[in-house]
Amino acid sequence: MSQVPKELKYLASHEWARLEEDGTVTVGITDHAQDMLGDVVFVELPDLDAEISAGDEAGVVESVKAASDIYTPVSGVVVAINEELQDTPELVNSDPYHDGWFFRVKPSDTTELEQMLDADAYTEACEEDDH
Amino acid sequence: MSLKTPLYDCHLQAGAKMVPFAGWQMPIHYGSQMEEHHVVRQSAGLFDVSHMTVVDISGAAARDFLRYLLANDVAKLDKRDGKALYSGMLNEQGGVIDDLIVYRLEGDYRLVVNSATREKDLQWIRGWAEDFGVCVKERPELAMLAVQGPKVLDCLNTVSADLATQLESLPVFCSMQIEDMMWCRTGYTGEDGFEVILPGEQAVQLWAKLLDAGVRPCGLGARDTLRLEAGMNLYGSDMDESVNPFSCGMGWTVDLSGDRDFVGRAAVLEKSTHPGEIQVGLVLRERGVLRGHQKVLSEAGEGEITSGSFSPTLGFSIALARVPDTIGTQASVEIRGKQLPVTVVKPPFVRKGKSLVI
Repeated sequence: MSQVPKELKYLASHEWARLEEDGTVTVGITDHAQDMLGDVVFVELPDLDAEISAGDEAGVVESVKAASDIYTPVSGVVVAINEELQDTPELVNSDPYHDGWFFRVKPSDTTELEQMLDADAYTEACEEDDH
Repeated sequence: MSLKTPLYDCHLQAGAKMVPFAGWQMPIHYGSQMEEHHVVRQSAGLFDVSHMTVVDISGAAARDFLRYLLANDVAKLDKRDGKALYSGMLNEQGGVIDDLIVYRLEGDYRLVVNSATREKDLQWIRGWAEDFGVCVKERPELAMLAVQGPKVLDCLNTVSADLATQLESLPVFCSMQIEDMMWCRTGYTGEDGFEVILPGEQAVQLWAKLLDAGVRPCGLGARDTLRLEAGMNLYGSDMDESVNPFSCGMGWTVDLSGDRDFVGRAAVLEKSTHPGEIQVGLVLRERGVLRGHQKVLSEAGEGEITSGSFSPTLGFSIALARVPDTIGTQASVEIRGKQLPVTVVKPPFVRKGKSLVI
């Protein structure tokens, strides 16, 4: 069974978000998502300083098997991207919630986080997916 | 409904992720598709391919029948018992009904055809068999394993030194019967190795012995990237009944020599000199992954990718594509609205662990 940390928020499209102590929001894809994709070979990230809106495509993750768009759950300015993924995209598989993060946003509206799924609701959404 | 091969429990024990494939429950990987791919290029991997359909053809007219049914000429098998031949089976319009391997076995023949096309293949074969009075017998009780990679003979030596000695001298594209097992020096990976056709219960035993000898189980995922690097077609992706063999890289399997008549001959004769479209390989050096159905743009006109993936051996993306026959060495592929430059090459991309792409 894939991991769904309680402290994170989720989209049904398999992105996670974490509110950091400095007020930024880190975004990545879930353990379930990386498991479905299989070996990740390439990640396309948003540009630094780009302004993105919740629900926008903010990147692409490609595995040997498939390509998948990444959506940002929050609006704001991109303040960091995970450069490590350029050369070691497999971090998305080995550590999806930490070293395999995608980008960090300075949010313009933190209430967007509250509209995301909690761990239980996300787990339920995944189970529905499987049937 | 979904079918299980005799090795189903072995897959679960080995930690397989099972997926539905052509009506079967098959392992897609046992953890990492990429690792399994490298194992086959560098060491030895084991595939369950029992979903493939084995069909035996017997009777006095079996040879005449197959010379008429298949686009390649089974007369090439006359010189050696156990010899194998790759061929297309065409319809009257010259479209590819399936690709298959035919083995000559003591005057009779054995076909190995795709599982996804099983029903229509059997119907087609039986339809023509009546005219020739030959016997067509499916062998669903037989399982099939593929053991592939440069260290296969070393591993087989661990299983049985006697077996390894016998198999070492078996030429490529030939088979030999050893007790109840038919060992064939064939494969779908571009590496040395064997495909073994054997009774189900023996397949379970051989599977366990090979794993003990250090061969690693590999799933259909790795099988697909390996065959793509080896420039081998996948039926349903790279060709189907709407495609003639000269437009999907199968021209070399169509034997037009002499006056042998075969199903589809008249229709493909003109295509042999003017195919219109041909199959090429594409190489993308930029970051991105080529996929089936992406559009290929060139000065000669538009084409389409039929199979594409990231190549684990090469570290960049490769594809097979059907394009205008006047294409040059450069083209571009549209990925998510962006046009990325690709080099046009002649497949295969990888053979025996070595890159053939400069």
